[in-house]
Amino acid sequence: MPMAVDSSSKFSEYAHPERIVSAQWLEERLGSDDLVVVESDEDILLYEVGHIPGSVKVDWHTDLNDPVSRDYINGEQFAALMSAKGISRDTTVVIYGDKSNWWAAYALWVFTLFGHEDVRLLDGGRDKWIAEKRPFTTEKPTPESTDYPVCERRDEEIRAFLPDVLNHFGKPLIDVRSPQEYSGERTTMPSYPEEGALRGGHIPSAASVPWGRAAAEDGTFRSRTELDAIYREEAGLKDDDDVVAYCRIGERSSHTWFVLKHLLGFENVRNYDGSWTEWGNAVRVPIVRGEERGEAPKGYGRQ
Amino acid sequence: MTTDQAVPAQLAEIIDDFQELDEPERLQLLLEFSRNLPALPARLIDHPDLMEQVVECQTPLFLTVEVAPGGGEVQLFFAAPEEAPTTRGFAAVLHEGLDGLDADTILSVPDDMPDRLGLSRAITPLRMRGMSAMLGRIKRKIREAPQSV
Repeated sequence: MPMAVDSSSKFSEYAHPERIVSAQWLEERLGSDDLVVVESDEDILLYEVGHIPGSVKVDWHTDLNDPVSRDYINGEQFAALMSAKGISRDTTVVIYGDKSNWWAAYALWVFTLFGHEDVRLLDGGRDKWIAEKRPFTTEKPTPESTDYPVCERRDEEIRAFLPDVLNHFGKPLIDVRSPQEYSGERTTMPSYPEEGALRGGHIPSAASVPWGRAAAEDGTFRSRTELDAIYREEAGLKDDDDVVAYCRIGERSSHTWFVLKHLLGFENVRNYDGSWTEWGNAVRVPIVRGEERGEAPKGYGRQ
Repeated sequence: MTTDQAVPAQLAEIIDDFQELDEPERLQLLLEFSRNLPALPARLIDHPDLMEQVVECQTPLFLTVEVAPGGGEVQLFFAAPEEAPTTRGFAAVLHEGLDGLDADTILSVPDDMPDRLGLSRAITPLRMRGMSAMLGRIKRKIREAPQSV
């Protein structure tokens, strides 16, 4: 049975308050049978250093990515993963992680590809939980395996591939990378490894809205009013827009996807997970360098 | 056993320790290393300008290499945040395996040494690149160190 929605007044301003919980809401419900807490971080050992009591670890790379093809795991692998983590199809899953929930949002997006109904983020993630000195442990739970059904991954609604992006020109694109990556000065985040994109720049017509702007200093999501100011007024998104967000490999843009889809209520938002490591290497796709968005090019896709 | 002559004994021993374990236990061992990364001496804490950032690592890692005159004994100093246990673990392995050796011995450590820990599958090759970058940076700093003849 789905658990109660966190009725915090901040969340009630969001389009889908059932997708986010506060640390207090979570702490009060730790240990509930209908709940599984999942930690998802960039650093694969961070969970071992300490985690929310009873939480299980899901690693974006070793658990969610297919080890051979550049793709996500399939329905059978996801069912096996859920079973091993003690998650049933009707379990309320609350995901949290480091870096303002960047990887947690990525995991939530992958859970959504498999249609897991009740999946939520912990506002403020790991850092805020620790800062508030809430319960923390190194003890690992031993979940009982469940009978999670094999559900085929459904990419169409929330995932965009390169040909989809070529067909998308004329509709809004959001580039969530750093300004240096957007302009083409760098192909990865400042102080991150170069991961081999051959060209720098951005997809023509994409608006630059670095993902971290949606998070406040303490890693919590900004208020509805602040988010509207960034994405509607500044980036120019309008109701009913069909939006594609991208970054370098699709993790930071999962965070923005969550904001647009669940906090601001845009119905049609897709994450282009191929992102710059695909676009910046693809042959004969249009690229704009510099700070200007550039025009949506003609003659691509179905135009 | 690791028989490659270019791998110094104190590093070979660590590689063997990793190789003897199952994959999940190798991660635990790396975590133990991360807990044992020596703290910086006060002279470096007070002078962060003496530390250089290794930008190839996913999390900030700061490194200082001191080479005794004449290409002698090398001392390594690392700093990485507590929230980056994998990065700290890599640094601690290199510290325990290389600190105090002479410059030529470190320069002859094979560049693929990080792969020999057997962590690539558990940690992913992408993350292992951070450790290769650290080893590369240590060697570069040694080569750049002033040589007094």
